Amino acid sequence: MAILATKKNKIQDSAEDKVLYAVVNTFLIVFMLVVAYPLIFVLSSSFSSGEAVSAGRVLLWPVDFSVRGYEAVFKHKNILTGYRNTLLYTVIGTMFNIAVTMICAYPLSRRDMQWKRFYMIIFVITMYFGGGLIPTYIVINKLGLINTFWVMVVPGLMGVYNMIVARTFIMSTIPLEVLESAQIDGCSDVHYFFRIVLPLSKAIIAVMGLFYGVGHWNAYFNAMIYLSEPKRYPLQLILRQILVLNQVNYNDMMDPELIAANIGMADLLKFSLIVVATLPILAIYPFAQKYFIKGIMVGSLKG
Amino acid sequence: MANTMKSSAVSLAGKKRNKGKSWTSQFVRNYQLHLFMLIPIAYIIIFNYVPMFGIQIAFKNFSPGKGIWGSPWAGLVHFQTFFKSYQFQRVIVNTLRISIYSLLVNFPLPIVLALMLNTVRNARFKKTVQTVTYIPYFLSMVVVVGMLVQFLNPMTGVYGTVYRLITGSASYPPSIIQKPGSFIHLYVWSGVWQYLGWNSIIYIAALSGVDPQLHEAAQIDGASRFKRILTVDLPAIIPTISVLLILNAGSLMSVGFEKVYLMQNNLNLMQSEVISTYVYKVGLTSGMGNFSYATAIGLFNSIINCILLVLVNWLSKKTSENSTSLW
Repeated sequence: MAILATKKNKIQDSAEDKVLYAVVNTFLIVFMLVVAYPLIFVLSSSFSSGEAVSAGRVLLWPVDFSVRGYEAVFKHKNILTGYRNTLLYTVIGTMFNIAVTMICAYPLSRRDMQWKRFYMIIFVITMYFGGGLIPTYIVINKLGLINTFWVMVVPGLMGVYNMIVARTFIMSTIPLEVLESAQIDGCSDVHYFFRIVLPLSKAIIAVMGLFYGVGHWNAYFNAMIYLSEPKRYPLQLILRQILVLNQVNYNDMMDPELIAANIGMADLLKFSLIVVATLPILAIYPFAQKYFIKGIMVGSLKG
Repeated sequence: MANTMKSSAVSLAGKKRNKGKSWTSQFVRNYQLHLFMLIPIAYIIIFNYVPMFGIQIAFKNFSPGKGIWGSPWAGLVHFQTFFKSYQFQRVIVNTLRISIYSLLVNFPLPIVLALMLNTVRNARFKKTVQTVTYIPYFLSMVVVVGMLVQFLNPMTGVYGTVYRLITGSASYPPSIIQKPGSFIHLYVWSGVWQYLGWNSIIYIAALSGVDPQLHEAAQIDGASRFKRILTVDLPAIIPTISVLLILNAGSLMSVGFEKVYLMQNNLNLMQSEVISTYVYKVGLTSGMGNFSYATAIGLFNSIINCILLVLVNWLSKKTSENSTSLW
């Protein structure tokens, strides 16, 4: 029916409609190009020579193709340390996030859970009120977490919003009969969680893992506040020093030949660095896209 | 909300079993579930509720040696200092300017984009636009601001190159990044670049729920596509629009820290200092003496936010009564 209508439509497009379609398509193409251009530019610059980049000769495609920018990135001591740190924070942080979110969402999804309302209220309140920056800092300081690995994992252990989304997912996808029959068979609550709930929640675990993971990868604020030792800095803090504060420390480039080679290296390094720092996220993007969108749908409909 | 309906229907089974049992016996029966809650509850108490009690240092003269409870009371001194300081007017005005400008630009544009995408008949083209425009959402703030700095560099950036191409002169243009007045525009429009595509998703979802029969009926009545956008598509997403508008308006007094802080430099500080960055600077970058003062500013901001949220809620209730009578 719908297909027929649109087919018929194509023949009958009025002049007014034609104008509308043309205007809309033009707008969308322009917008898409505006979004895409900076991305393409960064990518092209990162594969150009340092001299071409700083002379402004790169406009769309790589000029004087070279991978020296990437060589510089991988020889930069701080960047490598930052990369390793971020990988650790992201992997371990996300694992803890998922674990805690699930063990919290599961009991609260059980209809026969005692004091369920009370527990929920405790969590929901924190979505609207908080201690603020300084009191939180004092508490974390008091716990001795400053400048430790765990300060990047523990203070953001669970997002209440994510927990509610996971809880809604469990409640709406696993029928109550499953619980009842499992209980009749003598399945304990712990077993039920590991044998039934977790395997059936793979979809939501994937969504949450992506959201938490990207969050860890992109975060710089907590690291800036709670970490002062450069050896613990995540990649984003190193990026901030180089990209935003413009502190390219030539001593950190371990290859003296490279330093002498050209000053235009600094700009080239920045573009290559952006690509390297964003690559993992863009690599999962095609797979993640549909999950992400599903994730915000679940959240927006039931949250 | 939604789950109370479900649980009332379902808890019958649970209730039958629990009838006549004391809470202790139910606790024993549920003990594994309560054990599950142990870590989350401990987490939420330590990292959310303990800091909430720490807010009292806004009314004290906090000294690290005496701790939160032992520090002497100071009354409203810190609030008075803030109200009298020359920064007070500046940070409030900046915060409001940025968030209102941001709301005016960032709120309607995703709706327009979603309506446009919805009229596209070529599914492939639609999908391509969506895929491309979602990408910037996944870039980190540091990368986006870094790109901005790099692009607007008068000497090596695209801005400098294009300027020289157009004017034909060999000299470098004036720096945009360092001009105080340009901060707000750069902030808002780079946000559009990063989030416009992503923010339209929710409206696209709402639009996909529109019954095609409505469109067919309108077509038969001779409505043009544009007319159908206004009379079929737009009304379908009005509920989504109003919910998001309330949520956005409730946070008018809060401008996120991360991006503003990255975009600040000594020259644009007059226009770019907002409450959240000011709290950070007072509290954590200028020595331990100012913990109480920074907390007081933060608390003041939270109270305003609370009032705003309640106000907007009340307003929306009023208008939704009107609107139901209108439609």
